[in-house]
Amino acid sequence: MYKYYKKYVPYLFLLPAAVILILFFFIPFFETIILSFFDYNSNIYSPQFVSLANYTELLKSPIFYKVLLNTFIYLIVAVPFLVVIPLIIAIMINQKIRGITLYKIIIYLPVIVSIVVAAIAFKWLYAQQGILNYVMALFHVDALGWLTDPNIALYSVIIVTIWKGIGYYMMIYLSALMSVPKDLYEACDVDGANPLTKHLTVTLPHLMPTIGLVTTISSISAMKVFVEIYVMTKGGPLDSSKTIVYYIYERAFENLDLGIASAASVILLVIVLVLSIINFVFFENKQYQL
Amino acid sequence: MRNFKSISRGFFIHATLIFVSLLSIFPFIWLLSTALKGNSENIFQYPPVFFPQEPTWDNFKGVWNQIPFMLYFLNSMVVAGFTVLLNLILSALAAYPLARMDFKGKRVVFYATLATIMIPFQAIMLPVYLIVLKLHMVDSVNCVMGYLGLILPFAVNAFGIFLMRQAFLAIPKEMEEAAFVDGCNVFQIWWKILIPMVKPTLAVLAIFTFIGSWGEFLWPSIVLTQKTLYTLPVGVNDLQGMFSANWRYIAAGSIIATIPILVFFIAMQRYFISGENDGAVKG
Repeated sequence: MYKYYKKYVPYLFLLPAAVILILFFFIPFFETIILSFFDYNSNIYSPQFVSLANYTELLKSPIFYKVLLNTFIYLIVAVPFLVVIPLIIAIMINQKIRGITLYKIIIYLPVIVSIVVAAIAFKWLYAQQGILNYVMALFHVDALGWLTDPNIALYSVIIVTIWKGIGYYMMIYLSALMSVPKDLYEACDVDGANPLTKHLTVTLPHLMPTIGLVTTISSISAMKVFVEIYVMTKGGPLDSSKTIVYYIYERAFENLDLGIASAASVILLVIVLVLSIINFVFFENKQYQL
Repeated sequence: MRNFKSISRGFFIHATLIFVSLLSIFPFIWLLSTALKGNSENIFQYPPVFFPQEPTWDNFKGVWNQIPFMLYFLNSMVVAGFTVLLNLILSALAAYPLARMDFKGKRVVFYATLATIMIPFQAIMLPVYLIVLKLHMVDSVNCVMGYLGLILPFAVNAFGIFLMRQAFLAIPKEMEEAAFVDGCNVFQIWWKILIPMVKPTLAVLAIFTFIGSWGEFLWPSIVLTQKTLYTLPVGVNDLQGMFSANWRYIAAGSIIATIPILVFFIAMQRYFISGENDGAVKG
């Protein structure tokens, strides 16, 4: 094809986006790595190069292990729910029944409402004399300190993340379900298969790539969880609900310990990078091909 | 027999979906119930009372008088509005050469853009903050600089660029060739021929960018130092500190702050629930 543009034109189109991405993505990316080799703790105005000392300090501190463990629990607990529940709901909604649109709107509602409001609403449900403990009492279960018991707080926050994510992943499954060939279902009907076998033999195999996609993207967002924790528990009690982003936030903006915060950021970067690469290689390789 | 089976199955499906729907809205309904209860009613009563005995707007009026919701709303509008506008322009500009042109370094640009998707903002927010400070884009300088600090770090992202690139790829090349023969220069081709053809994708990008920007909490809570620039999520979080134990006010304030996005969602619902726009936004 002949060229209808001058050589420099593509760069002109790219320039504005490039300025933003360089200024707010690439430079900060490299700066995070550089900062992680400096000590700001002794004197914030004259940082000292300490090579890997921040990392060794992190790996020696029990609190950082606690934070990593919490983040890992977050991922292990939230992801299966976010993969399975939306899938079941999507399959149920994906039929000719009355009120589909209304169901979709209501189930999607938590996705668009501010996470701050959602966290406040749950904090109110979780109150010591709140409605949840009342329901528990009805079933003769002792009142729980949903956000005050160190053994429970993390899971209470995870529930909010799951609750808020269901509608989002449901829509991803629904759009994938649209592409399942209808004649396969008809073949099942001819064979007299019941709905369960129908979904196990037709729907699930077709949705495997989508299930993989939901697994990786919900894992990535579990790694990045922050607001729920900030609004509901501030990482407490006794650091029991502190995850890695909250730890970075606290170290960077409350303790002004820029070196340690950056070292923790690099660790977060590496984990997310691995998850993203898995996602690109296996599940989103079509969309992002040159 | 078969009929009975399909009826009971339909019942089961509706029962489950109604249950899930109730779980989805119950936290908000309970918040609303609390907000409507007057001072004479004990909100910690056992058993809990679902319908307020004497529903009142007092809590809404009270919190409205103490919190400048209109100001927070306008701040959110300015920030989300300009974030959307910049995302549309910058994504559509950058996507065009990536979809349609040959140039030196295209591979590098492509993969570098792709790489930014893998960088979580939470891991680089500290240096972003330091850069914003260096550029004096903070509210302690003046409110325009404060707004810039809230907007510019999110002025474009790789998702938007790739979304627009896909839209451009779907347009037949003959369109541009015809326009060139007719005497259009490259910017005219972009603006007059291609942009009108990708309007549906621009709408999707606009709506999802708006939702993302409107709900953003972490970044504004880091950069903002003055209440005059608070966006709604930051203002709502602030309710907790202001009315520590007054759950009636906290509930009423949270609901007031939710109304705008609720209206937006209802008006634009087909974009969210059509099922065709997944991947337009990612957490």
